[in-house]
Amino acid sequence: MKYLDEYRDAAGSHKLAREIARITTRPWSIMETCGGQTHAIIKFGIDELLPKNITLIHGPGCPVCVTPLELIDRALAIAAQPGVIFCSFGDMLRVPGSNRDLLSVKAGGGDVRIVYSPLDAVKLAEQNPGKAVVFFGVGFETTAPATAMAVYQAARKGLKNFFLLASHVLVPPAMEAILRSPDRRVQGFLAAGHVCAVMGWEEYIPIAAKYHVPIVVTGFEPLDILQGVLMCVRQLESGRAEVENQYSRAVRREGNRPAQQIVGEVFQVTPRKWRGIGEIPQSGLGLREAYAAFDAERKFGLGDLRVEEPSECLSGLVLQGRIKPHECPAFGARCTPEHPLGATMVSSEGTCAAYYRYRPHP
Amino acid sequence: MTSIPDFNLSCPFPIENYPQVLMAHGGGGKLMHQLIGKMFLPAFGNPMLDSQHDASVFEAGGQRLAFTTDSYVVRPLFFPGGDLGSLAVHGTVNDLAMAGARPLYLSAAFIIEEGLPMETLWKIVASMQQAAQQAGVQIITGDTKVVDKGKGDSLFINTAGIGILDHPLKITPASVRPGDAVLVSGDLGRHGMAVMAVREGLAFESAIESDSAPLADLVLQLLRAGIEVHCLRDITRGGLTSVLNEISEASSLTLQVEETLIPVREDVRAACELLGLDPFQVACEGRFAAFVPERETERALAIMRAHPHGIGASRIGSVSDQRPPRVLLKSAIGARRILDMSSGEQLPRIC
Repeated sequence: MKYLDEYRDAAGSHKLAREIARITTRPWSIMETCGGQTHAIIKFGIDELLPKNITLIHGPGCPVCVTPLELIDRALAIAAQPGVIFCSFGDMLRVPGSNRDLLSVKAGGGDVRIVYSPLDAVKLAEQNPGKAVVFFGVGFETTAPATAMAVYQAARKGLKNFFLLASHVLVPPAMEAILRSPDRRVQGFLAAGHVCAVMGWEEYIPIAAKYHVPIVVTGFEPLDILQGVLMCVRQLESGRAEVENQYSRAVRREGNRPAQQIVGEVFQVTPRKWRGIGEIPQSGLGLREAYAAFDAERKFGLGDLRVEEPSECLSGLVLQGRIKPHECPAFGARCTPEHPLGATMVSSEGTCAAYYRYRPHP
Repeated sequence: MTSIPDFNLSCPFPIENYPQVLMAHGGGGKLMHQLIGKMFLPAFGNPMLDSQHDASVFEAGGQRLAFTTDSYVVRPLFFPGGDLGSLAVHGTVNDLAMAGARPLYLSAAFIIEEGLPMETLWKIVASMQQAAQQAGVQIITGDTKVVDKGKGDSLFINTAGIGILDHPLKITPASVRPGDAVLVSGDLGRHGMAVMAVREGLAFESAIESDSAPLADLVLQLLRAGIEVHCLRDITRGGLTSVLNEISEASSLTLQVEETLIPVREDVRAACELLGLDPFQVACEGRFAAFVPERETERALAIMRAHPHGIGASRIGSVSDQRPPRVLLKSAIGARRILDMSSGEQLPRIC
């Protein structure tokens, strides 16, 4: 397939892997930030091609996984209400809340629908004036423009029955949280290519300088990832800490300005709790006051939900790259995609799901 | 009141995990296999059912016969390359073919929702008739039920089929041997993507048409040519991944396949990439996997490729007795990973 096969080429992959091995003189730990990259690494077996002294640490870049449990519980409570059409991207449906998931709410009679675009939810609101249509807006900077556009369109159309349950999170603050942690192991980053396609990469320059860490904006195919690792290792070996762009076929320095504008119009930066990690300042997007009428949390006023994460689930440590999934005692035994303890086991970008699906397990 | 001894009244399915049936229990993945294994098999258990083949083979009057049934609930009723009617014939004919049987007769039961346009029903029935004729079977018995508006989703069809075995082979997972080649009869995933594209209103550059087709004629040609067929399985819900895992589990053997050898059409791959779906898990309705001794590979492929429903036939891997038994995939860049069955439905991703 054009634009894909040329980035999945076996000969090219092995050539890059050999070059990485040739220039590596000591152990390096590199974190890939995006869950899409993690899945490609495990699915294609990219880590098996790398020399032993290069460790890939899987980062927190799965938006489904970092959505806090209380917000999932809120989503479940809203979705179960009569008169509500609850719209979500597909991979949110199996994510466990405190005691059920959206699929069970659907089986119990809730009107839960998979949409491919937030604008589909706006269309549903127009077609169903008697119902409250709620869109569960989950994602990093990549999907924020589409969510923002949906709210903007709903406002322009004067819709009173469209609501957003927002859980958009930002990558750079999470990277800083990881870099500030006392037992920091990450020495270099592969930044998420699609996030940067929207946001550009200028905001990573101060992070690279402040923490003296190389950051390489990287794509999602095997050759992209191997080239990203090579560029990162070259910097590490020569003591540089710069922002470089491997994914130049999709990412420009300034990003996508119109997309940034619509996000800025609808959202403001807020503190946000990350599942398994905790609250990170200035790491989320919430609706601006001008769009508060579309806020599902206000409309459904569910109060202060206090919930406990299952203590057996170590997804927080997995999300911070502190353990690999198979190092969790529950992995593959008491935690499987059919009976997940945490979101990392079911999301299509979750690290535990990748290991369960592609690697041998008990 | 008479009590039935030895009948366990408690639900054998772990109710605390799944108090309700989910869509995933019918998705062809792990949850469906659990439901069958924990509820249906213990309840109805007998050696023929326990073999869990697409059709059961039994002897009657000195003849070996195959018997199967399937219900069809696809939405939308009409999709590029087929419709509910043709599907209801192909699916059941194919299940018979997978036991190596020559399909003879079908039954057809219609559950119709009040208000369904007569015109629509007629189109489906005409399509069934045409598909049956093409597959060389007759529909010899049937049933009609109409349910209240809102109590059914326009139209459901159940068909059962009976066929006859004209050869002495035992075509079952238990016949698969180390050293067998794994073949598929054509490109994968087209039916699932054709239906999804229409259902979800996804417009691709050109419509992906379903691969729905009757497979009995192709299978019978293999058998008539004397190919020593060990096992056949049609690739439906759960896709190639489910088929390979089922055969690996039932035969306790390891299957090794190569990603670059598995045929998937360009437009199907692109649509799957876009939606974050795995083409190896997407349903077909006119494709099967065949397990034959390696020495028979070239002859089997030649016969398949000469048939209109087997043009894209390929050898995708082989069988070994490597322990533990599982399905291994050599990835496009040459690394090795397991190919695990999905738990239920594939869900489109966020980004």
